Amino acid sequence: MPDASHAFPHLPNLPGVGYKPQHFSDILSDASPVGWLEVHAENYMGDGGRPIAQLRVLAERFPISVHGVGLSIGGEGKLDPDHLARLKHLCDWLNPASFSEHLAWSTHDSHFLNDLLPLPYTSDTLARVADHIDEVQSTLGRQMLLENPSSYLAFAESTWSETDFLTEIVRRTGCGLLLDVNNVFVSATNLDYSPQGYIDAYPLDAVGEIHLGGHDEDEDDHGAPLLIDSHGREVVDPVWALLDHTLAKSGPKPLLVEWDTDVPEWSILADEARRAASALTRVLA
Amino acid sequence: MSKTLKTVAIVGAVAASLAAHTTTATAQSKEKCFGVSLAGQNDCAAGPGTTCAGTSTVDYQGNAWTLVDSGTCAEIELPAMADGSARMGSLEELNRDLPG
Amino acid sequence: MTNQTAFHSGLLNPALPIPEGLEDGRSQPAGRRYGVYRNNVTVSLREALAEGFPSLVGLIGRENFDHVARAYLRQSPPTSPLMMHYGAELPEFVASLEQLKHLPYLADVGRIDVAMRRSYHAADSSGIDVKELQVLDEATLLSTTFCFAPSMILLRSPWPIGSIWHYTMRGGDKPSGTAQDVVILRAEYDPEPFILGPGAGDVLHALQNGVAFGAALEASGDDFDLEPLLNLLMTNNAISHLKH
Repeated sequence: MPDASHAFPHLPNLPGVGYKPQHFSDILSDASPVGWLEVHAENYMGDGGRPIAQLRVLAERFPISVHGVGLSIGGEGKLDPDHLARLKHLCDWLNPASFSEHLAWSTHDSHFLNDLLPLPYTSDTLARVADHIDEVQSTLGRQMLLENPSSYLAFAESTWSETDFLTEIVRRTGCGLLLDVNNVFVSATNLDYSPQGYIDAYPLDAVGEIHLGGHDEDEDDHGAPLLIDSHGREVVDPVWALLDHTLAKSGPKPLLVEWDTDVPEWSILADEARRAASALTRVLA
Repeated sequence: MSKTLKTVAIVGAVAASLAAHTTTATAQSKEKCFGVSLAGQNDCAAGPGTTCAGTSTVDYQGNAWTLVDSGTCAEIELPAMADGSARMGSLEELNRDLPG
Repeated sequence: MTNQTAFHSGLLNPALPIPEGLEDGRSQPAGRRYGVYRNNVTVSLREALAEGFPSLVGLIGRENFDHVARAYLRQSPPTSPLMMHYGAELPEFVASLEQLKHLPYLADVGRIDVAMRRSYHAADSSGIDVKELQVLDEATLLSTTFCFAPSMILLRSPWPIGSIWHYTMRGGDKPSGTAQDVVILRAEYDPEPFILGPGAGDVLHALQNGVAFGAALEASGDDFDLEPLLNLLMTNNAISHLKH
C-alpha cells in the first residue's frame, strides 16, 4: 500500500462532502469547491477490492476524515476489541486527517442495530463514555472527535445537559468535538429548546469539524414537530442560519455536507458545498 | 479416455489457453454496476420517521404473511428438477398448496 | 432508569411496551418518539438486505422480499458492525420458509448475491501468466497445485442458478431445468458469476481443495472440457500462484 504518512495532517477550513462511490469520477475530474472528503470507517474494513483502491486514490489528493458509525462508544458494555482493531488498522494505513465517532450506542448483547441510539446524560454514563474515549484515543494513538446526536426523546434520569456533558467529556479525555448543527436543530426542535442557546453553551473551542445535513419532518403523538435526521435532502435555511450563528462565534471550521439517502448527482452536492463555502467566506469577511 | 490420451489433452489445453488480462487493475476503471458497491454500506442516516416498518407488530412472528404474485419467479418454469418432480414457478400454483 | 437492555429489546419487538423513563421535551411520555428508533433499526436493516439481495428481490418481488427481510432481521440482527457482511445466512432462512417452499432454487440463487458481495470485498490478488503453466514439463504440470484468488467463489447447486440469476438480473433466455455450478470471478474489481460447463465444478472443487492438477483431471468425466475452464480462470486472473 502507498505510504500516506506524508499526507494532510489536518482538515482544512473548507467545505467537504461525505464520499459516495457513485461520485468517484466526478470528484477526480472536478471536485471544486470541495476541499476534503469524509468516509464511513466501516465501509473500508473489507479485505480489498474497489472501495479500498478508490480510497487510496482519493487519499493522495484530498484530506480524508474517517467517521466511524459502529463503535458504540455510548454502549453499556465494553468496546468491541475486534472493531477497535479494525479501526486502528484503517487509521494506521490511511493516516486520515481526522477520526470521529458518535455520542451514541449501536451494539448490545452482540447485536449491532445499525442505528445511533441515545443514552441518558448522568455521572455514570459520563464516566463510561470518557473511559471508552480514553481507550479509543490510546489504541489509535490520536485524538478523536465526538459528535452530538440527533435526539427524538429524552431520558427522565438525565442530570446533565448535553452541552455540559460534552464539555466535561472534553475536559476529562482531551478529545475534540464534531459539532453537527443539523443535529442541534433537530434535537432542539424535538426536545423544545433553543438551538442558538445550545450553541452559546457549547464548547466551540474544542470543535474540529462541523456537520450539515438535511432532515425530514414528522410529528409526535401530540402533533408537535418531530424532525428526523434522514440526510436525504438539502440543508434547510434555519440550519444554514444556525451555522452562521456558530461560525460567527467559532471562526472558520471544516464544514461537511452529509447526504446518505437518495444520494443526488454530484452537481447538487457541489451546490450544497458552495453554500457552505459562502458561509465560510462571510465569517472571514 | 485412457490416461495417456488424457495427459496429451491436458498439455494441449494448457498450451492453447489464453493469457490473463494484461491490464493492471486501477481504481479509476469504470464500475460495471453499482449494485454490489452500494450493497451493505454503513451510514449514519435515520429512517423515514415513525410511520412504517419498525412499528408493525402484525408479522412479528415472521410467518404471518402471504406471498403475493410478483417478481420474475412467476415466469420461470423448471419442468424437470433435480428431485425429478415437476416444478412451476407460478405463485398461483403455490398458493393452492399452502395450508389454510 | 432506562437501561440499554430494555431499550434494545423493544427495538426488535414492537409487541413490547415502550420502555419506561423516556420523555419528550416537556416531561410527557415519549410515546411514538421511541418508534423513530424502532423504524430506523428495521428500515435500515431491511434496506441493507434488499440492496444485498437484488436477485431475490427480482425473483419474488420487493413486497414479498420485505416480509422475508423483516422476519429475518428480527430473528437474526447483525452481529458485526460491518454491514457489508450482513445477511450471509439469509439463504438458509429463505429455504426454511413455508411460503417459499415451492421455489426450492431461491436459497441457492441468494447464495450468488452473498458471494458477489464477498468477492467484491475480498483481498486483491493478481493472476499468474499462462506461461507459468506452459513452461512446465509434463510431470511437473500434472503434480502442480493451484492457489486461487480470494475473490473466487464456487457455488454448486442442483438448480440452474446461474441461468436464473442472469434471467432475473440481466434478462435474456428463460432458465431450463438443468443443474448448474457457478463460479464468481473478479478479474479486476467487478465480480461476475459464470456458469461452468459439465464436470468443471468437480474439477474446480478438487483444485480448490489442493488436489494436484493431474489427479483432479484424472477424476473428471468424458464430457469435461479443460480448455474453456482454463481460459475462464486465466482471463479472470483467478489463479494467484502455483505450487510445485
